[in-house]
Amino acid sequence: MINIFEVNETNNMVEHENLDVRTITMGISLLDCIDSDLDRLNENIYRKITTKAKDLVKVGNEISKEIGIPIVHKRISVTPIGLIGAAACKKPEDFVTIAKTLDRAAKEVGVNFLGGFSALVSKGMTPAEELLIRSIPQALAETDVVCSSINVGSTKTGLNMDAVKLLGEKILETAELTKEQDGLGCAKLVVFCNAPDDNPFMAGAFHGVTEADAIINVGVSGPGVVKNALSKVRGENFEVLCETIKKTAFKITRVGQLVAQEASKRLGVPFGIIDLSLAPTPAVGDSVADILEEIGLERAGAPGTTAALALLNDQVKKGGVMASSYVGGLSGAFIPVSEDQGMIDAVKEGALCLEKLEAMTCVCSVGLDMIAIPGDTKATTISGIIADESAIGMINQKTTAVRVIPVIGKTVGDVVEFGGLLGYAPIMPVNQFSCDAFVNRGGRIPAPIHSFKN
Amino acid sequence: MKKTIITVVGKDTVGIIAKVCTYLAENQVNILDISQTIVQGYFNMMMIVDANQSEKKFADISEDLEKLGENIGVQIKVQSEDIFNAMHRI
Repeated sequence: MINIFEVNETNNMVEHENLDVRTITMGISLLDCIDSDLDRLNENIYRKITTKAKDLVKVGNEISKEIGIPIVHKRISVTPIGLIGAAACKKPEDFVTIAKTLDRAAKEVGVNFLGGFSALVSKGMTPAEELLIRSIPQALAETDVVCSSINVGSTKTGLNMDAVKLLGEKILETAELTKEQDGLGCAKLVVFCNAPDDNPFMAGAFHGVTEADAIINVGVSGPGVVKNALSKVRGENFEVLCETIKKTAFKITRVGQLVAQEASKRLGVPFGIIDLSLAPTPAVGDSVADILEEIGLERAGAPGTTAALALLNDQVKKGGVMASSYVGGLSGAFIPVSEDQGMIDAVKEGALCLEKLEAMTCVCSVGLDMIAIPGDTKATTISGIIADESAIGMINQKTTAVRVIPVIGKTVGDVVEFGGLLGYAPIMPVNQFSCDAFVNRGGRIPAPIHSFKN
Repeated sequence: MKKTIITVVGKDTVGIIAKVCTYLAENQVNILDISQTIVQGYFNMMMIVDANQSEKKFADISEDLEKLGENIGVQIKVQSEDIFNAMHRI
């Protein structure tokens, strides 16, 4: 039988270490909404989302109350709109109407983000997908909760450099259109390589075409819990360190598994996956950078950071895998700068630069995330950053992503405030040397060889 | 049979257990196990109860006890046992 110490341990994690379930995300297929008439398509989409997800928020809150663990977000991901809108959309503005429908449906059911204004163009773009990408700045500026993601490359297909070039321009345009809010639109746009079909985390969530009609995916969290567990084994060797991370990750993941099973049962929607990610928030004590410091670094970014992050990421997966029947999504430590107080401090003190962050993305999930850059950064430079990050993913058979925010009218030394969970960020310097000729070549980078690994 | 875990944490004072137990008895909630310690001067109690015979819903019991806790200056949490089994048992 459960004893008082176990009960206290769990409740302490919630009250003092920010343990929570980060998100229940319902993936909804919109494939059966497709219509060549734009109005009918919009109507179908609205009806499907508001029917499937009508109880999502209520059930999430009920479960949270019963088990006593906060479930921070209830969200929706949908089939990439680049596919759904292909038959009906003839110009970028047509895609904007779909974005607005998604926004309206999300608000109706009460979720705080909806992902899937997406296109998967890792090898080539259909005319519709290109229109969708061209509609992104307006779509993100005129909606509140819609998130967009574009997959520009994969290990199997190589990198679509035409899409990379286009996205550099569109990111700048999005920043320009949302400059009153310090480029907030860009915080809702992720560029991926090897994007997973079942990611529950925003802004990169979409419901892949390999998925069922509707599915429940859950993202767990808990950097504060890991940090606290590690503070009890200070000075111990790596074996003890790794065992501690594994055991903690196991417990955190079990919470997610329980929530996913309950949500699936109550909503009558099959359980998809648990995403084993350490997702930080700007709250003090809920930081991945703090874990790195606890492992023994003065600041995130110091020599040893990549190794520390690699072991952290690996142990979280090792502990989490056994705790869940299905693991998927991104599964790893997130290192968003603006959403992690420890990362913000590291940048401010000069310990952490863009290049070190890039190295860190080789060993953890996702990539250059929530990084504010000067507003006068060239589109080709942004494309270059995307190409570098995508190449890391392509060669290493992992997911990588870029979510940078050019802040119009501000430069290095300034601080931007996004508010809420998106946090705030000091603007980071970007390498000033040009990559124009590289980005402007056009075409694609071939898929890498899958043998002769060195 | 699903069990419910009630935890009471706060400054020790006369009658905490009496008040919580009275409420449970009035609402047909059966107490299966009680353990109690004092941690750093704080009263710390855990009860395992069976609330299946109660006419009240889980959410109502949870809310009532939360309010009762506020009245006597302690924090009372009501949780399904599932969460603890999930975290602490393989």
